[in-house]
Amino acid sequence: MIRYLARRLLSLALSLIAASIVIFAVIEVIPGDPAAYMLGLNASPEAVEALRDQLGLNGTAFSRYLDWAGGLLQGDFGQSYTYRVPVAELIGERIQVSLPLAAYALALTVLIAFPVGLIAAARRGRPADWGIMAATQLGIAIPNFWFAMLLVLLFAVKLHWFSAGGFPGWEGGLAAGLKALTLPAIALALPQASILARVMRSSLIDTLHQDYIRTARAKGLTRRQALLRHALRNGLIPVLTIMGLQFSFLLAGAIIIENVFFLPGLGRLIFQAITQRDLIVVESVVMLLVFAVIVVNFVVDIAYGAADPRLRRRR
Amino acid sequence: MRARLPLQFLIGAAIFAAFALAALVSFLWVPHDVTALNIAAKLAPPSREYPLGTDHFGRDMLSMLMVGARTSIAVAILAVGIGMLAGVPLGLWAAARRGSLIDEIIMRGNDLVFAFPSLVIAILITAVFGPSATNAIIAIGIFNIPVFARVSRGAALSLWTRDFIMAARVAGKRAFRISLEHILPNIANVLIVQGTIQFSLGILAEAGLSYVGLGAQPPTPSWGRMLAEAQTMIYTAPRLAILPGLAIVLAVLGLNLMGDGLRDLLDPRLRRARQ
Repeated sequence: MIRYLARRLLSLALSLIAASIVIFAVIEVIPGDPAAYMLGLNASPEAVEALRDQLGLNGTAFSRYLDWAGGLLQGDFGQSYTYRVPVAELIGERIQVSLPLAAYALALTVLIAFPVGLIAAARRGRPADWGIMAATQLGIAIPNFWFAMLLVLLFAVKLHWFSAGGFPGWEGGLAAGLKALTLPAIALALPQASILARVMRSSLIDTLHQDYIRTARAKGLTRRQALLRHALRNGLIPVLTIMGLQFSFLLAGAIIIENVFFLPGLGRLIFQAITQRDLIVVESVVMLLVFAVIVVNFVVDIAYGAADPRLRRRR
Repeated sequence: MRARLPLQFLIGAAIFAAFALAALVSFLWVPHDVTALNIAAKLAPPSREYPLGTDHFGRDMLSMLMVGARTSIAVAILAVGIGMLAGVPLGLWAAARRGSLIDEIIMRGNDLVFAFPSLVIAILITAVFGPSATNAIIAIGIFNIPVFARVSRGAALSLWTRDFIMAARVAGKRAFRISLEHILPNIANVLIVQGTIQFSLGILAEAGLSYVGLGAQPPTPSWGRMLAEAQTMIYTAPRLAILPGLAIVLAVLGLNLMGDGLRDLLDPRLRRARQ
Protein backbone atom coordinates (compact mmCIF):
# COMPACT_ATOMS: atom_id res chain seq x y z
CA MET A 1 0.00 0.00 0.00
CA ILE A 2 2.86 2.38 0.84
CA ARG A 3 4.51 1.76 -2.53
CA TYR A 4 1.19 2.22 -4.27
CA LEU A 5 0.61 5.46 -2.41
CA ALA A 6 4.12 6.73 -3.22
CA ARG A 7 3.67 5.95 -6.92
CA ARG A 8 0.29 7.68 -7.04
CA LEU A 9 1.70 10.71 -5.20
CA LEU A 10 4.56 10.98 -7.68
CA SER A 11 2.15 10.76 -10.58
CA LEU A 12 -0.06 13.39 -8.90
CA ALA A 13 2.89 15.78 -8.60
CA LEU A 14 3.91 15.18 -12.22
CA SER A 15 0.34 15.77 -13.44
CA LEU A 16 0.08 19.03 -11.54
CA ILE A 17 3.43 20.24 -12.89
CA ALA A 18 2.50 19.26 -16.45
CA ALA A 19 -0.90 20.95 -16.17
CA SER A 20 0.63 24.15 -14.79
CA ILE A 21 3.17 24.24 -17.65
CA VAL A 22 0.40 23.80 -20.24
CA ILE A 23 -1.72 26.57 -18.71
CA PHE A 24 1.24 28.90 -18.33
CA ALA A 25 2.32 28.28 -21.93
CA VAL A 26 -1.16 28.97 -23.32
CA ILE A 27 -1.47 32.26 -21.45
CA GLU A 28 2.10 33.08 -22.46
CA VAL A 29 1.37 33.04 -26.22
CA ILE A 30 -1.38 35.65 -25.85
CA PRO A 31 -0.36 38.72 -27.76
CA GLY A 32 -0.46 42.09 -26.06
CA ASP A 33 1.13 43.56 -22.98
CA PRO A 34 -1.04 43.53 -19.84
CA ALA A 35 0.88 46.50 -18.46
CA ALA A 36 0.19 48.62 -21.55
CA TYR A 37 -3.41 47.45 -21.47
CA MET A 38 -3.84 48.42 -17.82
CA LEU A 39 -2.42 51.89 -18.23
CA GLY A 40 -4.35 52.74 -21.39
CA LEU A 41 -3.28 54.36 -24.63
CA ASN A 42 -1.77 57.52 -23.20
CA ALA A 43 0.67 55.91 -20.82
CA SER A 44 4.31 56.84 -21.10
CA PRO A 45 6.73 54.04 -22.03
CA GLU A 46 8.53 54.57 -18.69
CA ALA A 47 5.34 54.03 -16.71
CA VAL A 48 4.55 50.87 -18.70
CA GLU A 49 8.07 49.62 -18.10
CA ALA A 50 7.81 50.33 -14.37
CA LEU A 51 4.51 48.48 -14.16
CA ARG A 52 5.93 45.56 -16.13
CA ASP A 53 8.66 45.37 -13.56
CA GLN A 54 6.20 45.57 -10.70
CA LEU A 55 4.00 42.82 -12.17
CA GLY A 56 7.03 40.65 -12.75
CA LEU A 57 6.53 40.59 -16.50
CA ASN A 58 10.20 41.12 -17.25
CA GLY A 59 12.57 38.20 -17.31
CA THR A 60 12.63 34.97 -19.25
CA ALA A 61 9.56 32.77 -19.60
CA PHE A 62 11.26 30.13 -17.49
CA SER A 63 11.97 32.44 -14.57
CA ARG A 64 8.45 33.83 -14.75
CA TYR A 65 7.04 30.31 -14.69
CA LEU A 66 9.08 29.51 -11.60
CA ASP A 67 7.88 32.72 -9.95
CA TRP A 68 4.28 31.91 -10.74
CA ALA A 69 4.44 28.22 -9.78
CA GLY A 70 6.41 29.04 -6.62
CA GLY A 71 3.78 31.62 -5.70
CA LEU A 72 0.99 29.10 -6.28
CA LEU A 73 2.60 26.70 -3.83
CA GLN A 74 2.51 29.42 -1.17
CA GLY A 75 -1.04 30.45 -2.02
CA ASP A 76 0.17 33.62 -3.73
CA PHE A 77 -1.55 33.89 -7.11
CA GLY A 78 -0.21 37.33 -7.98
CA GLN A 79 -2.02 40.66 -8.44
CA SER A 80 -5.16 41.06 -10.53
CA TYR A 81 -4.45 43.35 -13.49
CA THR A 82 -7.83 45.09 -13.29
CA TYR A 83 -8.78 45.03 -9.63
CA ARG A 84 -5.25 45.62 -8.31
CA VAL A 85 -5.86 43.25 -5.43
CA PRO A 86 -4.28 39.84 -4.80
CA VAL A 87 -5.89 37.20 -7.02
CA ALA A 88 -6.00 34.87 -4.01
CA GLU A 89 -8.36 37.36 -2.32
CA LEU A 90 -10.69 37.45 -5.36
CA ILE A 91 -10.71 33.67 -5.60
CA GLY A 92 -11.18 33.30 -1.85
CA GLU A 93 -14.34 35.40 -2.01
CA ARG A 94 -15.80 33.64 -5.04
CA ILE A 95 -14.98 30.11 -3.99
CA GLN A 96 -17.32 30.55 -1.02
CA VAL A 97 -20.11 30.32 -3.58
CA SER A 98 -18.74 27.86 -6.13
CA LEU A 99 -17.44 25.18 -3.80
CA PRO A 100 -20.59 24.92 -1.64
CA LEU A 101 -22.61 24.88 -4.87
CA ALA A 102 -20.61 21.98 -6.31
CA ALA A 103 -20.72 20.11 -2.99
CA TYR A 104 -24.48 20.70 -2.61
CA ALA A 105 -25.01 19.44 -6.17
CA LEU A 106 -22.83 16.38 -5.55
CA ALA A 107 -24.77 15.58 -2.39
CA LEU A 108 -28.08 15.86 -4.26
CA THR A 109 -26.67 13.73 -7.08
CA VAL A 110 -25.82 10.93 -4.67
CA LEU A 111 -29.08 11.26 -2.73
CA ILE A 112 -31.07 10.91 -5.94
CA ALA A 113 -28.94 8.45 -7.86
CA PHE A 114 -28.30 5.80 -5.20
CA PRO A 115 -31.90 4.94 -4.29
CA VAL A 116 -33.09 5.34 -7.88
CA GLY A 117 -30.33 3.10 -9.26
CA LEU A 118 -30.95 0.56 -6.51
CA ILE A 119 -34.69 0.43 -7.18
CA ALA A 120 -34.12 0.05 -10.92
CA ALA A 121 -31.68 -2.82 -10.35
CA ALA A 122 -33.97 -4.54 -7.84
CA ARG A 123 -36.98 -4.18 -10.13
CA ARG A 124 -35.11 -4.99 -13.31
CA GLY A 125 -37.36 -5.49 -16.32
CA ARG A 126 -40.48 -4.36 -14.44
CA PRO A 127 -42.44 -1.13 -14.99
CA ALA A 128 -40.52 0.73 -12.23
CA ASP A 129 -37.21 -0.05 -13.95
CA TRP A 130 -38.62 0.88 -17.33
CA GLY A 131 -39.90 4.20 -15.99
CA ILE A 132 -36.60 5.01 -14.28
CA MET A 133 -34.61 4.19 -17.42
CA ALA A 134 -36.86 6.43 -19.53
CA ALA A 135 -36.67 9.29 -17.01
CA THR A 136 -32.89 9.09 -16.72
CA GLN A 137 -32.54 8.92 -20.51
CA LEU A 138 -34.39 12.23 -20.61
CA GLY A 139 -32.38 13.61 -17.68
CA ILE A 140 -29.11 12.98 -19.51
CA ALA A 141 -30.32 14.85 -22.58
CA ILE A 142 -31.35 18.02 -20.70
CA PRO A 143 -28.71 20.77 -20.64
CA ASN A 144 -28.33 21.85 -17.01
CA PHE A 145 -28.51 25.57 -17.76
CA TRP A 146 -31.79 25.13 -19.63
CA PHE A 147 -33.19 23.05 -16.79
CA ALA A 148 -32.08 25.90 -14.53
CA MET A 149 -34.11 28.35 -16.61
CA LEU A 150 -37.17 26.10 -16.40
CA LEU A 151 -36.75 25.91 -12.61
CA VAL A 152 -36.62 29.71 -12.46
CA LEU A 153 -39.71 29.89 -14.63
CA LEU A 154 -41.65 27.51 -12.37
CA PHE A 155 -40.39 28.19 -8.84
CA ALA A 156 -39.43 31.85 -9.07
CA VAL A 157 -41.68 33.38 -11.72
CA LYS A 158 -44.86 31.32 -11.27
CA LEU A 159 -44.77 30.08 -7.68
CA HIS A 160 -42.51 32.72 -6.03
CA TRP A 161 -40.97 30.06 -3.77
CA PHE A 162 -37.42 31.06 -4.58
CA SER A 163 -35.77 34.19 -5.88
CA ALA A 164 -34.70 34.05 -9.51
CA GLY A 165 -31.06 34.62 -8.70
CA GLY A 166 -28.46 36.44 -6.68
CA PHE A 167 -26.73 35.42 -3.50
CA PRO A 168 -27.26 37.04 -0.07
CA GLY A 169 -23.86 35.94 1.23
CA TRP A 170 -23.20 33.60 4.14
CA GLU A 171 -23.39 36.54 6.57
CA GLY A 172 -27.17 36.41 6.11
CA GLY A 173 -27.23 32.99 7.71
CA LEU A 174 -26.71 29.44 6.50
CA ALA A 175 -30.38 28.90 5.63
CA ALA A 176 -30.61 31.93 3.37
CA GLY A 177 -27.37 31.00 1.61
CA LEU A 178 -28.45 27.40 1.07
CA LYS A 179 -31.83 28.55 -0.16
CA ALA A 180 -30.19 30.72 -2.80
CA LEU A 181 -28.10 27.76 -3.92
CA THR A 182 -30.96 25.25 -3.97
CA LEU A 183 -32.30 25.80 -7.49
CA PRO A 184 -28.79 25.98 -8.99
CA ALA A 185 -27.80 22.79 -7.19
CA ILE A 186 -30.91 20.95 -8.38
CA ALA A 187 -30.23 22.08 -11.94
CA LEU A 188 -26.64 20.83 -11.73
CA ALA A 189 -27.57 17.58 -10.02
CA LEU A 190 -30.33 16.33 -12.31
CA PRO A 191 -28.26 15.35 -15.38
CA GLN A 192 -25.43 13.98 -13.23
CA ALA A 193 -27.87 12.01 -11.06
CA SER A 194 -29.38 10.50 -14.22
CA ILE A 195 -25.97 9.32 -15.37
CA LEU A 196 -25.01 8.02 -11.94
CA ALA A 197 -28.30 6.18 -11.45
CA ARG A 198 -27.75 4.35 -14.74
CA VAL A 199 -24.20 3.44 -13.79
CA MET A 200 -25.40 2.26 -10.40
CA ARG A 201 -28.11 0.10 -11.99
CA SER A 202 -25.88 -1.60 -14.53
CA SER A 203 -23.08 -2.09 -12.01
CA LEU A 204 -25.49 -3.73 -9.56
CA ILE A 205 -26.95 -5.91 -12.28
CA ASP A 206 -23.43 -7.00 -13.23
CA THR A 207 -22.57 -7.96 -9.67
CA LEU A 208 -25.88 -9.80 -9.30
CA HIS A 209 -24.58 -12.24 -11.94
CA GLN A 210 -21.52 -13.09 -9.84
CA ASP A 211 -21.01 -16.47 -8.23
CA TYR A 212 -20.89 -15.09 -4.69
CA ILE A 213 -24.41 -13.75 -5.14
CA ARG A 214 -25.55 -17.21 -6.19
CA THR A 215 -23.82 -18.56 -3.08
CA ALA A 216 -25.55 -15.98 -0.92
CA ARG A 217 -28.90 -16.90 -2.43
CA ALA A 218 -28.11 -20.59 -1.99
CA LYS A 219 -27.45 -20.16 1.72
CA GLY A 220 -30.95 -18.76 2.04
CA LEU A 221 -30.72 -15.00 1.57
CA THR A 222 -33.60 -13.36 -0.24
CA ARG A 223 -32.95 -11.44 -3.43
CA ARG A 224 -33.24 -8.20 -1.51
CA GLN A 225 -30.80 -9.31 1.20
CA ALA A 226 -28.27 -10.48 -1.36
CA LEU A 227 -28.59 -7.18 -3.19
CA LEU A 228 -28.18 -4.99 -0.13
CA ARG A 229 -25.55 -7.02 1.73
CA HIS A 230 -23.31 -8.25 -1.06
CA ALA A 231 -24.03 -6.66 -4.41
CA LEU A 232 -24.27 -3.07 -3.21
CA ARG A 233 -20.81 -2.92 -1.70
CA ASN A 234 -19.11 -4.47 -4.71
CA GLY A 235 -21.24 -2.58 -7.19
CA LEU A 236 -20.17 0.75 -5.73
CA ILE A 237 -16.65 0.57 -7.19
CA PRO A 238 -17.56 1.67 -10.76
CA VAL A 239 -19.98 4.18 -9.23
CA LEU A 240 -17.06 5.79 -7.39
CA THR A 241 -15.04 6.15 -10.60
CA ILE A 242 -17.89 7.88 -12.34
CA MET A 243 -18.39 10.16 -9.34
CA GLY A 244 -14.74 11.19 -9.61
CA LEU A 245 -15.23 12.02 -13.28
CA GLN A 246 -18.49 13.79 -12.54
CA PHE A 247 -16.82 16.17 -10.17
CA SER A 248 -15.10 17.88 -13.09
CA PHE A 249 -18.43 18.16 -14.91
CA LEU A 250 -20.00 19.60 -11.77
CA LEU A 251 -17.28 22.23 -11.48
CA ALA A 252 -17.55 23.18 -15.14
CA GLY A 253 -21.33 23.07 -14.87
CA ALA A 254 -21.25 25.30 -11.80
CA ILE A 255 -19.41 27.93 -13.85
CA ILE A 256 -22.22 27.99 -16.41
CA ILE A 257 -25.06 27.71 -13.89
CA GLU A 258 -23.69 30.69 -11.95
CA ASN A 259 -24.49 32.77 -15.02
CA VAL A 260 -28.12 31.68 -15.00
CA PHE A 261 -28.63 32.66 -11.36
CA PHE A 262 -26.26 35.64 -11.25
CA LEU A 263 -24.25 34.01 -8.49
CA PRO A 264 -20.97 35.75 -7.62
CA GLY A 265 -18.82 32.63 -7.98
CA LEU A 266 -15.71 31.58 -9.86
CA GLY A 267 -17.66 31.37 -13.11
CA ARG A 268 -18.64 35.02 -13.06
CA LEU A 269 -15.09 35.92 -12.03
CA ILE A 270 -13.51 34.06 -14.95
CA PHE A 271 -15.88 35.44 -17.59
CA GLN A 272 -15.37 38.99 -16.35
CA ALA A 273 -11.64 38.37 -16.36
CA ILE A 274 -11.77 37.17 -19.97
CA THR A 275 -13.57 40.29 -21.18
CA GLN A 276 -11.26 42.53 -19.15
CA ARG A 277 -8.18 40.59 -20.35
CA ASP A 278 -7.24 40.03 -16.73
CA LEU A 279 -5.13 37.06 -17.75
CA ILE A 280 -3.58 36.32 -14.42
CA VAL A 281 -7.06 35.77 -12.99
CA VAL A 282 -7.99 33.50 -15.93
CA GLU A 283 -4.75 31.59 -15.45
CA SER A 284 -5.24 31.17 -11.71
CA VAL A 285 -8.88 30.12 -11.83
CA VAL A 286 -8.19 27.62 -14.63
CA MET A 287 -5.27 26.22 -12.65
CA LEU A 288 -7.48 25.92 -9.59
CA LEU A 289 -10.20 24.04 -11.53
CA VAL A 290 -7.69 21.66 -13.12
CA PHE A 291 -5.99 21.21 -9.76
CA ALA A 292 -9.33 20.25 -8.21
CA VAL A 293 -10.06 17.71 -10.95
CA ILE A 294 -6.62 16.10 -10.67
CA VAL A 295 -6.72 15.92 -6.88
CA VAL A 296 -10.24 14.47 -6.79
CA ASN A 297 -9.25 11.74 -9.23
CA PHE A 298 -6.16 11.06 -7.14
CA VAL A 299 -8.34 10.63 -4.05
CA VAL A 300 -10.66 8.27 -5.97
CA ASP A 301 -7.60 6.26 -7.06
CA ILE A 302 -6.40 5.96 -3.49
CA ALA A 303 -9.86 5.03 -2.25
CA TYR A 304 -9.85 2.26 -4.85
CA GLY A 305 -6.46 0.96 -3.85
CA ALA A 306 -7.67 0.84 -0.26
CA ALA A 307 -10.89 -0.94 -1.23
CA ASP A 308 -9.46 -3.40 -3.71
CA PRO A 309 -5.86 -4.61 -3.22
CA ARG A 310 -5.81 -6.09 -6.76
CA LEU A 311 -5.85 -2.57 -8.18
CA ARG A 312 -2.61 -1.63 -6.44
CA ARG A 313 -0.70 -3.69 -8.95
CA ARG A 314 0.29 -1.92 -12.14
CA ARG A 315 -2.36 -1.92 -14.82
CA MET B 1 -29.49 -14.51 -32.88
CA ARG B 2 -30.63 -12.53 -35.85
CA ALA B 3 -29.30 -8.98 -36.00
CA ARG B 4 -32.31 -6.69 -35.93
CA LEU B 5 -32.27 -2.97 -35.48
CA PRO B 6 -33.45 -2.34 -31.92
CA LEU B 7 -36.58 -0.24 -31.54
CA GLN B 8 -34.78 2.46 -29.57
CA PHE B 9 -32.26 2.83 -32.38
CA LEU B 10 -35.07 3.39 -34.87
CA ILE B 11 -36.83 5.94 -32.65
CA GLY B 12 -33.55 7.76 -31.97
CA ALA B 13 -32.56 7.73 -35.62
CA ALA B 14 -35.96 9.10 -36.64
CA ILE B 15 -35.72 11.98 -34.15
CA PHE B 16 -32.18 12.83 -35.10
CA ALA B 17 -32.86 12.50 -38.82
CA ALA B 18 -35.55 15.17 -38.47
CA PHE B 19 -32.96 17.61 -37.10
CA ALA B 20 -30.34 16.63 -39.65
CA LEU B 21 -32.91 17.16 -42.39
CA ALA B 22 -33.91 20.56 -40.97
CA ALA B 23 -30.24 21.53 -40.88
CA LEU B 24 -29.70 20.41 -44.49
CA VAL B 25 -32.83 22.15 -45.75
CA SER B 26 -31.73 25.35 -44.00
CA PHE B 27 -28.82 25.59 -46.47
CA LEU B 28 -31.29 25.89 -49.36
CA TRP B 29 -34.36 27.41 -47.82
CA VAL B 30 -35.66 28.82 -44.55
CA PRO B 31 -39.14 30.26 -44.03
CA HIS B 32 -37.71 33.70 -43.18
CA ASP B 33 -34.28 35.29 -43.35
CA VAL B 34 -32.67 34.92 -39.91
CA THR B 35 -30.57 38.08 -40.24
CA ALA B 36 -33.49 40.31 -41.22
CA LEU B 37 -34.89 42.15 -38.21
CA ASN B 38 -38.57 42.98 -38.24
CA ILE B 39 -39.32 44.91 -35.08
CA ALA B 40 -42.95 45.39 -36.10
CA ALA B 41 -43.48 41.63 -35.83
CA LYS B 42 -41.53 41.16 -32.59
CA LEU B 43 -42.66 38.52 -30.08
CA ALA B 44 -45.47 37.46 -32.42
CA PRO B 45 -47.29 34.33 -31.22
CA PRO B 46 -47.29 31.24 -33.43
CA SER B 47 -49.27 31.84 -36.62
CA ARG B 48 -49.49 30.68 -40.23
CA GLU B 49 -46.77 33.08 -41.22
CA TYR B 50 -44.54 32.23 -38.23
CA PRO B 51 -45.28 28.61 -37.19
CA LEU B 52 -43.34 28.95 -33.91
CA GLY B 53 -43.73 32.71 -33.48
CA THR B 54 -41.00 35.33 -33.54
CA ASP B 55 -38.33 36.47 -31.10
CA HIS B 56 -37.65 39.89 -29.59
CA PHE B 57 -36.19 41.13 -32.88
CA GLY B 58 -39.07 39.78 -34.95
CA ARG B 59 -36.97 36.95 -36.32
CA ASP B 60 -38.81 33.73 -37.20
CA MET B 61 -38.17 31.13 -34.47
CA LEU B 62 -38.54 28.16 -36.82
CA SER B 63 -35.89 29.55 -39.18
CA MET B 64 -33.61 30.34 -36.23
CA LEU B 65 -33.98 26.79 -34.89
CA MET B 66 -33.26 25.31 -38.34
CA VAL B 67 -30.06 27.30 -38.77
CA GLY B 68 -29.22 26.61 -35.11
CA ALA B 69 -29.45 22.87 -35.83
CA ARG B 70 -26.88 23.41 -38.56
CA THR B 71 -24.48 25.14 -36.12
CA SER B 72 -24.90 22.49 -33.43
CA ILE B 73 -24.51 19.53 -35.76
CA ALA B 74 -21.55 21.05 -37.61
CA VAL B 75 -19.67 21.87 -34.39
CA ALA B 76 -20.35 18.45 -32.86
CA ILE B 77 -19.44 16.49 -36.03
CA LEU B 78 -16.19 18.36 -36.55
CA ALA B 79 -15.30 17.94 -32.87
CA VAL B 80 -15.90 14.18 -33.12
CA GLY B 81 -13.74 14.20 -36.27
CA ILE B 82 -10.87 15.89 -34.45
CA GLY B 83 -11.19 13.48 -31.54
CA MET B 84 -11.17 10.43 -33.82
CA LEU B 85 -8.42 11.58 -36.17
CA ALA B 86 -6.05 12.34 -33.31
CA GLY B 87 -7.28 9.92 -30.65
CA VAL B 88 -7.66 6.66 -32.59
CA PRO B 89 -4.11 6.59 -34.02
CA LEU B 90 -2.73 7.44 -30.57
CA GLY B 91 -4.75 4.64 -29.00
CA LEU B 92 -3.70 2.15 -31.68
CA TRP B 93 -0.08 3.20 -31.32
CA ALA B 94 -0.20 2.80 -27.53
CA ALA B 95 -1.80 -0.64 -27.92
CA ALA B 96 0.75 -1.77 -30.51
CA ARG B 97 3.58 -0.76 -28.16
CA ARG B 98 1.77 -1.78 -24.98
CA GLY B 99 3.85 -1.58 -21.83
CA SER B 100 6.54 0.50 -23.53
CA LEU B 101 7.60 4.03 -22.77
CA ILE B 102 5.54 5.42 -25.65
CA ASP B 103 2.43 3.70 -24.29
CA GLU B 104 3.09 5.28 -20.90
CA ILE B 105 3.63 8.73 -22.42
CA ILE B 106 0.45 8.55 -24.49
CA MET B 107 -1.65 7.37 -21.59
CA ARG B 108 -0.27 9.93 -19.13
CA GLY B 109 -0.79 12.62 -21.76
CA ASN B 110 -4.37 11.42 -22.02
CA ASP B 111 -4.84 11.70 -18.28
CA LEU B 112 -3.49 15.23 -18.44
CA VAL B 113 -5.87 16.39 -21.18
CA PHE B 114 -8.66 14.62 -19.34
CA ALA B 115 -8.11 16.91 -16.36
CA PHE B 116 -9.19 19.86 -18.51
CA PRO B 117 -12.99 19.93 -18.87
CA SER B 118 -14.01 21.13 -22.36
CA LEU B 119 -15.33 24.34 -20.84
CA VAL B 120 -11.91 25.06 -19.35
CA ILE B 121 -10.20 24.36 -22.69
CA ALA B 122 -12.67 26.71 -24.34
CA ILE B 123 -11.96 29.38 -21.73
CA LEU B 124 -8.22 29.10 -22.38
CA ILE B 125 -8.60 29.17 -26.16
CA THR B 126 -11.03 32.08 -25.97
CA ALA B 127 -8.65 33.98 -23.71
CA VAL B 128 -6.04 33.65 -26.46
CA PHE B 129 -7.99 33.97 -29.71
CA GLY B 130 -11.34 35.43 -28.69
CA PRO B 131 -14.67 33.63 -28.96
CA SER B 132 -15.83 31.88 -32.15
CA ALA B 133 -17.52 28.71 -33.34
CA THR B 134 -14.12 27.45 -34.53
CA ASN B 135 -12.75 27.71 -31.01
CA ALA B 136 -15.73 25.78 -29.69
CA ILE B 137 -14.97 23.03 -32.24
CA ILE B 138 -11.31 22.93 -31.23
CA ALA B 139 -12.13 22.92 -27.50
CA ILE B 140 -14.66 20.10 -27.76
CA GLY B 141 -12.39 18.28 -30.23
CA ILE B 142 -9.42 18.37 -27.85
CA PHE B 143 -11.67 17.09 -25.08
CA ASN B 144 -12.66 14.18 -27.37
CA ILE B 145 -9.08 13.09 -28.14
CA PRO B 146 -8.33 11.21 -24.87
CA VAL B 147 -11.79 9.63 -24.99
CA PHE B 148 -11.13 8.04 -28.38
CA ALA B 149 -7.52 7.21 -27.50
CA ARG B 150 -8.61 5.33 -24.39
CA VAL B 151 -11.46 3.50 -26.06
CA SER B 152 -9.40 2.41 -29.07
CA ARG B 153 -6.44 1.38 -26.93
CA GLY B 154 -8.65 -0.70 -24.68
CA ALA B 155 -10.41 -2.41 -27.58
CA ALA B 156 -7.15 -2.93 -29.48
CA LEU B 157 -5.38 -4.45 -26.45
CA SER B 158 -7.85 -7.30 -26.24
CA LEU B 159 -7.50 -7.91 -29.99
CA TRP B 160 -3.70 -8.14 -29.82
CA THR B 161 -3.98 -11.38 -27.83
CA ARG B 162 -6.16 -13.06 -30.45
CA ASP B 163 -5.02 -15.85 -32.75
CA PHE B 164 -5.68 -14.07 -36.03
CA ILE B 165 -3.39 -11.24 -34.97
CA MET B 166 -0.76 -13.79 -34.01
CA ALA B 167 -1.15 -15.29 -37.48
CA ALA B 168 -0.59 -11.90 -39.07
CA ARG B 169 2.53 -11.41 -36.96
CA VAL B 170 3.84 -14.81 -37.92
CA ALA B 171 3.22 -13.84 -41.54
CA GLY B 172 5.70 -11.04 -40.94
CA LYS B 173 3.39 -8.05 -40.90
CA ARG B 174 4.63 -5.01 -39.00
CA ALA B 175 2.66 -3.62 -36.07
CA PHE B 176 1.65 -0.60 -38.14
CA ARG B 177 0.08 -2.74 -40.89
CA ILE B 178 -1.60 -5.04 -38.39
CA SER B 179 -3.10 -2.03 -36.60
CA LEU B 180 -4.37 -0.62 -39.87
CA GLU B 181 -5.56 -3.80 -41.59
CA HIS B 182 -6.72 -5.99 -38.73
CA ILE B 183 -7.20 -3.98 -35.55
CA LEU B 184 -8.89 -0.89 -36.95
CA PRO B 185 -11.69 -2.72 -38.83
CA ASN B 186 -12.38 -4.78 -35.74
CA ILE B 187 -12.71 -1.84 -33.38
CA ALA B 188 -14.85 0.15 -35.82
CA ASN B 189 -18.00 -0.97 -33.97
CA VAL B 190 -16.79 0.40 -30.67
CA LEU B 191 -15.68 3.62 -32.33
CA ILE B 192 -19.05 4.17 -34.00
CA VAL B 193 -20.85 3.74 -30.69
CA GLN B 194 -18.42 6.07 -28.91
CA GLY B 195 -18.69 8.51 -31.81
CA THR B 196 -22.46 8.70 -31.35
CA ILE B 197 -22.05 9.35 -27.62
CA GLN B 198 -19.43 12.05 -28.19
CA PHE B 199 -21.66 13.56 -30.89
CA SER B 200 -24.48 14.02 -28.40
CA LEU B 201 -22.11 15.30 -25.72
CA GLY B 202 -20.73 17.70 -28.34
CA ILE B 203 -24.18 19.15 -29.00
CA LEU B 204 -24.64 19.69 -25.25
CA ALA B 205 -21.18 21.23 -24.92
CA GLU B 206 -21.72 23.54 -27.90
CA ALA B 207 -24.99 24.73 -26.40
CA GLY B 208 -23.26 25.41 -23.08
CA LEU B 209 -20.35 27.23 -24.69
CA SER B 210 -22.48 29.44 -26.89
CA TYR B 211 -24.77 30.09 -23.92
CA VAL B 212 -21.90 31.65 -21.99
CA GLY B 213 -20.68 33.46 -25.12
CA LEU B 214 -17.69 31.24 -25.93
CA GLY B 215 -19.23 29.66 -29.05
CA ALA B 216 -20.82 30.88 -32.27
CA GLN B 217 -21.01 34.67 -32.42
CA PRO B 218 -23.88 36.86 -33.66
CA PRO B 219 -25.47 36.89 -36.15
CA THR B 220 -24.97 33.10 -36.54
CA PRO B 221 -27.98 31.55 -34.80
CA SER B 222 -27.16 28.84 -32.28
CA TRP B 223 -29.41 27.11 -29.77
CA GLY B 224 -27.24 28.04 -26.81
CA ARG B 225 -27.15 31.73 -27.72
CA MET B 226 -30.88 31.81 -28.35
CA LEU B 227 -31.27 30.59 -24.76
CA ALA B 228 -28.89 33.22 -23.44
CA GLU B 229 -30.86 35.96 -25.22
CA ALA B 230 -34.18 34.53 -24.07
CA GLN B 231 -33.11 34.53 -20.43
CA THR B 232 -33.77 38.21 -19.84
CA MET B 233 -37.22 37.82 -21.31
CA ILE B 234 -38.20 34.71 -19.44
CA TYR B 235 -40.95 36.63 -17.61
CA THR B 236 -42.55 38.08 -20.71
CA ALA B 237 -41.84 35.50 -23.39
CA PRO B 238 -41.05 32.07 -21.88
CA ARG B 239 -41.65 30.52 -25.32
CA LEU B 240 -38.29 31.92 -26.51
CA ALA B 241 -36.52 30.01 -23.73
CA ILE B 242 -38.51 26.82 -24.07
CA LEU B 243 -38.24 26.12 -27.82
CA PRO B 244 -34.43 26.08 -28.23
CA GLY B 245 -34.10 23.98 -25.08
CA LEU B 246 -36.56 21.45 -26.44
CA ALA B 247 -34.58 21.31 -29.67
CA ILE B 248 -31.38 20.52 -27.73
CA VAL B 249 -33.09 17.87 -25.58
CA LEU B 250 -34.67 16.13 -28.58
CA ALA B 251 -31.50 16.14 -30.68
CA VAL B 252 -29.41 14.79 -27.79
CA LEU B 253 -32.08 12.26 -26.82
CA GLY B 254 -32.25 11.01 -30.41
CA LEU B 255 -28.49 10.54 -30.59
CA ASN B 256 -28.35 8.81 -27.20
CA LEU B 257 -31.11 6.39 -28.17
CA MET B 258 -29.25 5.70 -31.41
CA GLY B 259 -26.02 5.10 -29.50
CA ASP B 260 -27.62 2.74 -26.99
CA GLY B 261 -29.39 0.85 -29.75
CA LEU B 262 -26.18 0.54 -31.76
CA ARG B 263 -24.31 -0.73 -28.72
CA ASP B 264 -26.91 -3.40 -28.09
CA LEU B 265 -26.77 -4.40 -31.73
CA LEU B 266 -22.99 -4.42 -32.13
CA ASP B 267 -22.04 -5.90 -28.78
CA PRO B 268 -23.71 -9.31 -28.35
CA ARG B 269 -21.99 -9.77 -25.00
CA LEU B 270 -23.93 -6.84 -23.55
CA ARG B 271 -27.12 -8.04 -25.14
CA ARG B 272 -26.86 -11.37 -23.41
CA ALA B 273 -26.02 -9.75 -20.08
CA ARG B 274 -29.10 -7.59 -20.26
CA GLN B 275 -31.55 -10.39 -20.84
